Amino acid sequence: MSDMLHLVEPLIPALRRYARALVRHHAAADDLVQDCLERAVIHWEQRRSDNPRPWLFAILHNLAINQFRRATVRGVHVAIDETNEDAFGQEAAQEHKVMYRDVMAKLARLPHDQRAVLLLVGVEDLSYADAAKVLGVPVGTVMSRLARARERLHHELEETPGDLDHNIVQLRNKT
Amino acid sequence: MSNRPITEDDLHAYVDRALEPEREAEVRVYLDKHPDVAKRIAAYSDERNLLRSVLLPIAEEPLPPRLNLARMIESPRRRPSSLRWAIAAMLMLSLGGLGGWVIRGATQAPVGGIVALAEEASDSYRVYASDRTRPVELRDSTELVQWVSNRLHQPVKLPDLTKSGYRLMGGRVVPTAHGPAAMFMYDDDRGERLVVLTRPMTSDQNAPMAPHSGSDVAGFSWADGGTGYSLVGPRGVDSLRPLANEIRKQAQTI
Repeated sequence: MSDMLHLVEPLIPALRRYARALVRHHAAADDLVQDCLERAVIHWEQRRSDNPRPWLFAILHNLAINQFRRATVRGVHVAIDETNEDAFGQEAAQEHKVMYRDVMAKLARLPHDQRAVLLLVGVEDLSYADAAKVLGVPVGTVMSRLARARERLHHELEETPGDLDHNIVQLRNKT
Repeated sequence: MSNRPITEDDLHAYVDRALEPEREAEVRVYLDKHPDVAKRIAAYSDERNLLRSVLLPIAEEPLPPRLNLARMIESPRRRPSSLRWAIAAMLMLSLGGLGGWVIRGATQAPVGGIVALAEEASDSYRVYASDRTRPVELRDSTELVQWVSNRLHQPVKLPDLTKSGYRLMGGRVVPTAHGPAAMFMYDDDRGERLVVLTRPMTSDQNAPMAPHSGSDVAGFSWADGGTGYSLVGPRGVDSLRPLANEIRKQAQTI
């Protein structure tokens, strides 16, 4: 188990980032990461590859998708942190905060499978093959989703900054 | 320089810097000749960087105490979290509605043995599959088969789902209104859990495979030669039907 601490601990910040960008809610995202780590502890000996990175992202991703699914079935939704206060407490980061809010709102307009690909490949630096493993789809599907996701995000970012309220309604309807 | 045409995949791999150096050079030559495409690809690169820089601070935040991995390894158990309590509360609230739904199902479908079996399997799934501390009573498969066969007074065969990517976690005897039943639990690499419930049938000695689904779980139930089976998993798992077929096939070769 001591190798686990060694191999997994450095990945926790990236897992948090992925979860937060995917579900956009601070506490809910950390819940998912906690859940993911607890499962990883229980199943550590059963993992099938030497590289725990895609394995952990797969566990986390599936937990997030299950949550989206549950939210659809039960109509449960959690509020979105638009401000992300903890990350940008200082005044110097004010501009970053505005940008964060804007980019996150636009990212949220993408379907979650496109959002996931964009984050795994573009932000978390997973290879296409690893991203395919995480998402449980063939590499070809990863590529076509990535193409659609980039096109869509480009379109959203090019648009005049829309009102945030509209975006929030959009996301809630979808998730 | 190869003659392979530049693909859209190449362009994205270029954005992600995932190309071999030679291919990257070819893409660069191509982009020089096609300013429109070059403009789009440059925008994608910029947007990729934008996402990275916007999200970077999240990965630099200090980790909260509840994400302390060393502590989790020391005592691997589930700690309740606020969201989970919220979900639990929601579940309690929706139980009333669910009860109504179940009664509706029971009055519409013939109240036969496999309907009851499906409910027992769903209940077992809800109670045990969500248990992080002790989902199964016995993990050793030989011991498990012996135990449940004794309690069910008939030989019980353990379905093997390894070919479909599900490992046996273990199982237990669970109580039903029709006597003891054997519950087996499986999981895959992603931690997705499935439950198989089997017991002797009092009615519906032979029943064709029938799907059932609740608000959160879904499954298939059937009975062959006096023994009933029900496979239950989370809603939305596409592979439940082929898995059920596989289990049925294996059980018939006792």
